[in-house]
Formats: sequence, structure tokens, C-alpha cells
Amino acid sequence: MFNRDRWNEILEALNANRFRTFLTAFGVFWGIFILVLLLALTNGLKNGVQADFGNFATNSIFMWSQGTSMPYKGLPKGRYFNFKLSDVQALKDNIPELKYVSPRNQLGGFRGSNNVTRNEKTGAFDIYGDYPEFINQQPLDIMEGRFLSYSDIEAKRKIAVIGQDVIRSLYDKGEEVIGSYIKINGINFLVVGTFKNANSQGDNEQEANTIYVPFTTFSQAFNRADNVGWMAITAHDDVSITSVKPRIMTMMRELRTVHPDDKRAIGHFDLAEEFAKITGLFNILTVVGYFVGALVLLSGVIGISNIMLIVVKERTKEIGVRRALGASPWNIRSQVLQESLVLTIISGMIGISFASGIIWIMNTILDSVGPVENFANPSVGIGVIIIALSILIISGLLAGLIPATRATQMKPVDALRIE
Amino acid sequence: MIAIKDLHKSYHMGNNSLHVLKGINFEANEGEMIAIMGSSGSGKSTFLNILGMLDEADLGSYHLDNVPIKNLNEKVAARYRNQFLGFIFQSFNLITYKSALDNVSMPLYYQGVKRSVRTEKAMHYLEKVGLADWATHLPSELSGGQKQRVAIARALASDPKVLLADEPTGALDTKTSYEVMELIQGINDEGKTILVVTHEEDIAHMCKRIVHLKDGKILDDKTVEQVRAKTPAHV
Ligand SMILES: Nc1ncnc2c1ncn2[C@@H]1O[C@H](COP(=O)(O)OP(=O)(O)O)[C@@H](O)[C@H]1O
Ligand SMILES: [Mg+2]
Repeated sequence: MFNRDRWNEILEALNANRFRTFLTAFGVFWGIFILVLLLALTNGLKNGVQADFGNFATNSIFMWSQGTSMPYKGLPKGRYFNFKLSDVQALKDNIPELKYVSPRNQLGGFRGSNNVTRNEKTGAFDIYGDYPEFINQQPLDIMEGRFLSYSDIEAKRKIAVIGQDVIRSLYDKGEEVIGSYIKINGINFLVVGTFKNANSQGDNEQEANTIYVPFTTFSQAFNRADNVGWMAITAHDDVSITSVKPRIMTMMRELRTVHPDDKRAIGHFDLAEEFAKITGLFNILTVVGYFVGALVLLSGVIGISNIMLIVVKERTKEIGVRRALGASPWNIRSQVLQESLVLTIISGMIGISFASGIIWIMNTILDSVGPVENFANPSVGIGVIIIALSILIISGLLAGLIPATRATQMKPVDALRIE
Repeated sequence: MIAIKDLHKSYHMGNNSLHVLKGINFEANEGEMIAIMGSSGSGKSTFLNILGMLDEADLGSYHLDNVPIKNLNEKVAARYRNQFLGFIFQSFNLITYKSALDNVSMPLYYQGVKRSVRTEKAMHYLEKVGLADWATHLPSELSGGQKQRVAIARALASDPKVLLADEPTGALDTKTSYEVMELIQGINDEGKTILVVTHEEDIAHMCKRIVHLKDGKILDDKTVEQVRAKTPAHV
């Protein structure tokens, strides 16, 4: 359809009135420019806000015990209880939709008292007893050494994986970290790994102030028996954790002898639900972006259609001549369509390029000034570009349709009579 | 070559209808050069346009080279026009933004001829009309006579069976008119069938046969002694 002759024909025709071609092209350029930019900004906002969630696997809930609010089976109300390690196994065994069930115990906390020492240096850190799969739920960048392993769990090894800020407060510059010992609540732990947080923005400081030790070691060293402080539960990607949640809760109440209606006894935070709210909001914003962009684009398309109509009208005689020379209606129609298509696509591409340029500049500025609240990495994916291009192609065809039909409506003899 | 029987054509405008052709019977053989004469409004162009398949008759039959021309769809009509007919217009009707060469190659373009072949053929016809040196010029850079020569080259480009010229000299001064007619006569000498619509006696007499239209009918149809259009030295 697009051979070289066609190209020449089209370029010649577009070239014949450059200023008008330019003005026409501008409408579409502007439309797609706005569309891409809006989507990129929405994306930037979304990236910024989602960064606040850290990079924890979002299809997760956190669950902890917080005391009963109803008497049940002779047990009083206001009773405090702990999850047990056996509960973790029960969840894994009975709810196949779950991908990870990580029991966790914690020591210390934000602005806690000093609990870790090394030689004469001390610091207050968060100490977690964890299972190896926790790193799949909360991705960490291991810088040196390794994370916890199952043999650590089984052998209850006294080892620790420590965050960057821990290193900063307990070690001198250039000191070897792996293979050294730190004292947690008076107990010696061998450091086997160091980490920093994987590309999260918000709370890295707190996170990097963290020490991970094997769950079993933690229980033994700090006398937790088989108690579980809380759990981080992640469902498989194809099931939503929110839909599995009721079964988890029912099961836990049963195992912990809690009244089936006692909603307060087990606390939880549904990361998936919160995340979905934000995502939903941004989906709406994206739709608004498409809508506004499409409307602006539409006016550009109407512009092209309009100009093509004028062009066709102006060239009525020329079209008559071409038909006298043997141009079929399809020849004429497809040329008008292609002119409009070429005009739309070229101006659209320029719009996309311009928008990309602006986005690139924004990113460069963001990079140089550092993180900005609730805004990060505005960008549009290849998917959006493909959608934008499809919109352009469809618009180009739509814009050309009426003019193309109009071009061949007149009988050749009447077209030739026009002066 | 051309056989027309009892051809009628009316124009309708609102409630009025204008019966322009009222039963034309006409034949043209290969190699003829025929002038169609008549006063303004007598239906000469209407007749030529029907012959050119740019318009359709209401009644009557039309055969071109034994092919019945009836109820053609536009696609077929376009193909026939391209293969059988070459048009020459009073106002040249060159495409303004195309060079002389590209104008001449247009019929070949619609025939789907390859670019290189097209250019070669177009160049050949430009040479034939004596404008090889003007190949790359735009129509706006040419004189009226030159434009009409380009148009003639264009009409010849697809090697049609019949040339249809509607007042080809109508926009030209006498000297240029004669030059153009000389060219057309030369083409006819090579055997091409040509119909020339004109209302000028001298132009008509440069053809070999004159058909007079009046009140929608053929008034008379006679063979004449062809006057050669040698450009008179004193004009
Ligand atoms: N498309 C049209 N609609 C209405 N009337 C027309 C149309 N074309 C031609 N006519 C009329 O038909 C008559 C013949 O026109 P035409 O064939 O152009 O005459 P000529 O070429 O001999 O001057 C004229 O009266 C003209 O006004
Ligand atoms: Mg006329």
C-alpha cells in the first residue's frame, strides 16, 4: 500500500501547502503530547505514593494477637494469647492458596533502648527472628555474605544479617563486617550477611536499622518458646489475600480457642486492600488522563478531518483530472486516507517524542534534587506508547474517512467543471 | 472504433429538465480526425464527456472498440478511461505541483507501470511534443502553448485508442493554436483517432471530418479537405 510512488504523491501534496500542513499537524501533536504527559505524571504520582508502601509483597497481610473481647469455652474475656509455631504449619497445610507464611518475633523497636553492642560501641536496633522466605516478602539487597537459611533455622545458629545503618553505628570505616561478632542482649551473634533495602524510598532509614536472626535462634535466645509475635502472610499471585483472609481468621480463632465472632482478638493489616485502594485511585487518574488526552486529541483529529475536507474541496478539480486519467475511486480515497494517516502519525510521533523529552528532563531534575514527596520516576511504558500509536492510527483513518468519501462522491464530469 | 446509436442526455435541475442531446447517431473509424462543432451550449462538451465515460447517457448505446459502454461502475470506467482514452482540456488541467514529466507519467502511474519505465515513456512523449528540456519544470513556469503540449503528451502517455480534445485551442492565441493543431495533426498522421470539440471554423477545417451539433441533434456530418496547420509566417 505504501510504495515509494505513494510516498512521493503524499509528501508532494502535503508539501504543496506547508503552513497549512504544519497547523493541521499541530492539533494532533498537541493532543498526543498532552495525553502522554498526563499519563506520565499520573505514573509519577503513583510511583511516588506506592513507594510509601515500601516494596513489601503487596498480596500480603500482617496478623497479630491482641487479646480476646468475648468469653469463650470457659475462658475469660480480656485474655491475652500468642500464636504458636504449630499455627503456622496449620495454615500452610490447610490453605494451599498461601505462598508464604512467615512467623516473626521482634525485639527492640523505634527509639528503643540500646540492645546491641560491639566492643565499646552500642546501638538500639530492631531485631527480628525470621524464616528464610521472609526475604521473598520483603526484598532486601544483600550486599555481602548471605541471608538466613534453613540450616540456620534447624541448627539454631547464632548468626545475624545486619543492615547498613547497623554497620555505620557499630563498625569503623573499612572494618571487615562478615565474620565479626555482635552482642544482642548480651548474646554473641556471628555476622554472616549485610543488606540495604531494595530500591525503596520511604522508610529506608528505619529498615536499614534492622538485624535479622534465625527465628529458632531468636526463640531460644530470648525465651519465646514456640510463641509467634506476628505473621506475614502472602498469597499466590493468582489469588487475592483479601479473599483468603476470612478462612485464615476462622482457623486462627479455632486454634486459639477464640469465640468465632470475636473480631477484636486478632489484629491484622491488609496490605493488599490498602494497596488496592491506592491502585484504584490511580487507575481512575489514568482513565482521567486517557479521557482528557483523548479529548484534546479528538479536537486535533477533527482539525485534520476539517483541513482534509478543505483540501479535498480545493482539489476537486485535480481529483476530476486524476479520475479522467484513470484513477479509480479507491486510488483517490486511499490517497486521502493515507495523507491524513501520514499527517496524523507523523505529528503524533513528534508529540510523543516531545513528551518523552519533557519526561526525560523531569527525571533528570528529580535525580539531581533527590526524592520528592509523593512523586517519583514519571514515565510511560511501551504499552502506553503502543496504545497511543494505535489511537493515532485509528484517529488518522477516522479523520480521513469523511474527506475520502467526499472526494469521490462527485461525478468526474462535475468535478472537472469546477473552476 | 466508436459507435453511438440514438443517444439522449438531459440535465435535471429541480423541476426543470434540459434535453441536451436528442438522439445522436454517430460513428468514428480508426485514424479519423473529427471536429465537433456547434454554438456554445449546443451540447458538444456533453457529448464528448459521454464518449469519455466521464458522464453517462440516459438512453442509447455506445460501443468503444466493440466494447459496450453501459452501466460501468467507477472502477471499470476508470480502467477504460486509462486504457482507451486520452483527454485534452481547454484549460490544460495540469497538476500544479507536479513537474511536466510527472504530469505526463500520471496515466502510467495509475496503470501501475514501474517508475523507471514510466519516466522513460513520459520522457519519450515530452520529446515528441518538443518539451524534453522542460521536463523538470512546474506548469506555472510554462507558457500556455507549452502547457497544452504537456497535456497532449500526457494524453498520449498511455497510448490510448482515442484522443478527446475539448476546445484544445480555446485558451490560446492564434499562433499557438496553430502550433498545437499542427502537433495534433501529426499525431493523427501516425494513425491515432482524434475528436476535437471546437467552435472555431479554422480549427474545425484542420480536421478531416466535421460534425455539426445543433439543438441536440447532428445537423450535418461531412468529410472535408484537411487544412494543414503550418504556422503562417505573417501571423
Ligand atoms: N451539469 C450540468 N447541469 C445542468 N446543465 C448543464 C450541465 N452541463 C451542461 N449543462 C447545460 O447543457 C447545455 C450543453 O452544455 P455543453 O455540453 O457544455 O455545451 P457546449 O460544450 O456545446 O458549450 C448547456 O445549456 C449547459 O448549460
Ligand atoms: Mg463546451
